[in-house]
Amino acid sequence: MYILNRNQRHRVNYTWMIISLLLVASLPFLLFSGLYIKSFLLLHDYRLSDLLFSREWRPGSGKFGFYPFIVGSIWVTLLAMLFSAPVCLLTAIYVTHYTKKRFLRIMHPAIDILAGIPSVVYGVWGILAIVPFISNYLGPLFGVSTLGYSILAAALVLSIMIVPFVLNILIEVFQAVPKELEEATLSLGATKWQAMKHVILKKSLPGIIAAFGFGLARAFGETMAVLMVVGNVVKLPKSVFDPGYTLPALIANNYGEMLSIPKYESALMFAALILLAVSLFFNLIMHFFIARYNKY
Amino acid sequence: MIISTYFILLILVLIIFSIFAKGIKAISWEMLTSVPSGGYYYGKGGGILNAILGSLSLAFGATLLAFIIGLPVALYMNAFLVQKKKLVGVIRFILDLVWGIPSIVYGAFGFSMMIFLGIQTSLLAGILTVTLFILPIMIRSMDEVLRTIPTGLIEASYSLGSNKSEVAFKIFTRQSVSGIITAILLSFGRAIGDAASVLFTAGYTDNLPNSLMEPVATLPLSIFFQLASPVPEVQNRAYASALVLTLIILIVSVLSRGLGKKYHKTKINF
Repeated sequence: MYILNRNQRHRVNYTWMIISLLLVASLPFLLFSGLYIKSFLLLHDYRLSDLLFSREWRPGSGKFGFYPFIVGSIWVTLLAMLFSAPVCLLTAIYVTHYTKKRFLRIMHPAIDILAGIPSVVYGVWGILAIVPFISNYLGPLFGVSTLGYSILAAALVLSIMIVPFVLNILIEVFQAVPKELEEATLSLGATKWQAMKHVILKKSLPGIIAAFGFGLARAFGETMAVLMVVGNVVKLPKSVFDPGYTLPALIANNYGEMLSIPKYESALMFAALILLAVSLFFNLIMHFFIARYNKY
Repeated sequence: MIISTYFILLILVLIIFSIFAKGIKAISWEMLTSVPSGGYYYGKGGGILNAILGSLSLAFGATLLAFIIGLPVALYMNAFLVQKKKLVGVIRFILDLVWGIPSIVYGAFGFSMMIFLGIQTSLLAGILTVTLFILPIMIRSMDEVLRTIPTGLIEASYSLGSNKSEVAFKIFTRQSVSGIITAILLSFGRAIGDAASVLFTAGYTDNLPNSLMEPVATLPLSIFFQLASPVPEVQNRAYASALVLTLIILIVSVLSRGLGKKYHKTKINF
């Protein structure tokens, strides 16, 4: 066998690196253009505003209104964020400023495991725990009869799923605040909580917003767990106990039927395109926030 | 604050506990070692070996492929582009963007790619899609380790006359073995647990995986399908499958901590 000499090996390695790098760097562009080409059939025939704000979803007769799905997605995401954000923020403050360093060593594996649990397992847990909880306790408490498969159930499951993402970023953000700042504030006679509230929280505000933004983007695109507990009814939800439908769930549920109608396939690809655009948009903005945070 | 901290820990324990409690009742040796027989989805005999093996082969394939593409990118960013901080920043930014894209979007893209390339729902299509999905995770976590390598070590190897790719493949990789192993296992865990991206592309079958071009069953999907069944026995099996999946993830997580610590010792310290 002919063995390559050093320089040839270098050239082979170099080419390998460049090709891989180009492939990876073109990935977002590839994703976007691939989905755009696929959804072109739909975009060509309908106006964008009609697609986004029309309420009728009847693929059989050519009516594609994404409004119920978009509203469902937004409801679920915002509610999940509402439940999750305060808990994450308080926890991050506690583990970074109020406990011993050792506690973080317990917390990190716990966060890793939470992040590692597959979304299907979260879905199973949602069906086992959250759904009966809502239909048996929470629903009657508010005087609503509900099956439990609802926007609220999806939001609760999601709020736990995004905890590891948000918490990880928050802990990093708080650890990046220089210790001298807190010490200076304390030496001026402030209490620990005052220092926390007026100095540390203020200083890390862009980072906190970014953490919540990443969580929001993550929640918006979550598929399987939401699909399993949200109820999947094409209707504008009136209360949080109503079943709903989200964009990712729409894609996942209908992949089997979509090949029969070409426009249907195109519509699902358009839904994926919306998800991609929202995710890219959110991440862009949040990176801007992080960049500002690092400048201080 | 204390309440919210312990609340999160409590939820974690609750999730693991309820999955174990429900799954342990339904799990049996037969279930782990046989494929679904006729009428399995109506509560008759059989097991989920097809899904276990399918998931493992899919995750192995995707992790391997992502490693082949990902390692050179991470090395290139840290060994070749050290002077160009801005360019590296842009690449990291792109990777972070791609990391944030939901897996269902990869699934939809993988599906259209499949049609474009003319392949059926198969193990191969699943592997390709999942590879795209875990690539940013793999590269970014390797990158985080590689960027901590001290410049002194790099300069020392240059001064001994090695060229750039030798530094990359011989020095960087050895110095960061533990980090690379962690990155691989992290991606593996992600690959095995994700359902949305394989829903379109890998398909589902009751047979064991035996060829790249045939559809393959995966654990998350098998949980999903079994749970949708009205038969209680089948639903119990879904809980058992969820237990199997959770166990695999936990094993991977423990492994990555253990191996990470073990190979930490091979590092040259300054």
